[in-house]
Amino acid sequence: MTWLEFGFPWLTTAIAWTLIILGALFFMAGSVGLLRFPDVLTRLHALTKADNLGLGLICLGLAWQAGFTPVAFKLLLIWLLALLSSSVSCHLVARYVLHAAAREQRRD
Amino acid sequence: MSHSAFYLLVAGFLLFSLLLGLARIYLGPEPASRLLVAQLFGTTTAAVLVLLAEAMSLPGLRDVALLFTLLAAVLGVAFVRLSSPGRETPP
Amino acid sequence: MIDWSSWLFDGLLAVGLLLLAWLTVISADLFRAILFFIAFGLFMALCWARLAAPDVALAEAAIGAGISGALLLDAYRVLSAPTLAAAPALSRLPGLLALLLGGVTGALSWVFWRLPPPVLALDELVQARLADSGVSNPVTAVLLNFRGYDTLLEAAVLLLPLVGVWIINRQTPAPLESIPVGVTDSPLVDTLVHLVTPLAVLSGAYLLWAGAHQPGGAFQAGSVLAGAGALLLLSDRLRPTATPQALLILGLILGLVIFCGLALGVMADGSPLLRYPPAHAGLLILVIETALTISIALTLLLLVSGAAGLRWGRRW
Repeated sequence: MTWLEFGFPWLTTAIAWTLIILGALFFMAGSVGLLRFPDVLTRLHALTKADNLGLGLICLGLAWQAGFTPVAFKLLLIWLLALLSSSVSCHLVARYVLHAAAREQRRD
Repeated sequence: MSHSAFYLLVAGFLLFSLLLGLARIYLGPEPASRLLVAQLFGTTTAAVLVLLAEAMSLPGLRDVALLFTLLAAVLGVAFVRLSSPGRETPP
Repeated sequence: MIDWSSWLFDGLLAVGLLLLAWLTVISADLFRAILFFIAFGLFMALCWARLAAPDVALAEAAIGAGISGALLLDAYRVLSAPTLAAAPALSRLPGLLALLLGGVTGALSWVFWRLPPPVLALDELVQARLADSGVSNPVTAVLLNFRGYDTLLEAAVLLLPLVGVWIINRQTPAPLESIPVGVTDSPLVDTLVHLVTPLAVLSGAYLLWAGAHQPGGAFQAGSVLAGAGALLLLSDRLRPTATPQALLILGLILGLVIFCGLALGVMADGSPLLRYPPAHAGLLILVIETALTISIALTLLLLVSGAAGLRWGRRW
């Protein structure tokens, strides 16, 4: 990203570090949400923010630092795979909760 | 602050948020809440691995993160299916 | 500047490990204990990563956290009945035990602290002979060449638990069959299978080939392939059977047979056991690792699913 640095050599690093810090904050928000929300489905909502945005921003920040290299593409691939796996896992957990609720209702 | 120190600090912060999430395994009344923590652990581990790869200049750790994310997908399905109740008839 | 950030991270990692181990043992509820154990496995994988051992980190993450977690959940399913009570109240014995173990740990730590540095610098020895081994990754060189005998025995040891599982499963049917697909019968899972299976096969092949010069190898490739196989089993594309198929048995013993065959075969021109000719060492190692990958993948898959054999399922 040298074209961005013509006046400020530290700009790449500053952008990258800001993105990484934001990502870490989203992870913390996900954990806090997991602890504080009252219901399984709301906790699920908090968790997906950590998964998608947290990992995404961290990968984006590291990729920004790495520049236009295979490393950046590998990081992007990691994020895409994490999106895929966490979407399916959280979707299945939500289904599990709904099935359990339906079973409880049938039992009453 | 050197690059490695910054990445290690952020990774440490992620570990701390991970340890906070442990409480939900202890509390979560339903098994689903506990499964959610397992999911959080997976993604956070991948993030920590990616940061460590940069901090320790070990590109092999990115491969570990990649493959771990791949396996986490399988494990999510496995945990949900294995936690579901079976048929009511005994084996 | 790097020192205090390393100390902070390593300290958190150590505290997390101890905390998770304690929580695993102390939990009255089995399900909770299993999840703590899975988290413990992940922290162990991070420890290996921190110790600059990516090969072991991957194996730990795949096996220690993933496969062990699935196995434990399986066992929990079979064991958990409404009549299973929580653990009884703690007596004084665990306290005394904790004191004893703490004392032993303290003594060992003190001895470790006081040990003189090792005289034999193993990593220098390995690096000196790396050119003769046929690969450029020192881990693979040690596993498949310098200490090939150990790996040969490990390949045999991996088959033994499988035989044990088969014997046990003659009495109890495979747990997977008794769980209806139910919750996981979702179009998203279909998409996951369609995307992950080819990726896993590709990653497994890449890890196998790349193990010669960067972190990777037969065990890592095998565990990724086993994961893909587990996904196929879970989404009803493969079905467990009660008896193994001939092709399956062939795949299971392939690694051991080829490894033994090559180990003995190099003796044909007078070399001792497992002394590969340096000119062909790289090729021989690749052949052995390929066979091992297939065997490891099949063994792990059958261990996790508790099945004795596999056949095609209904959905493709």
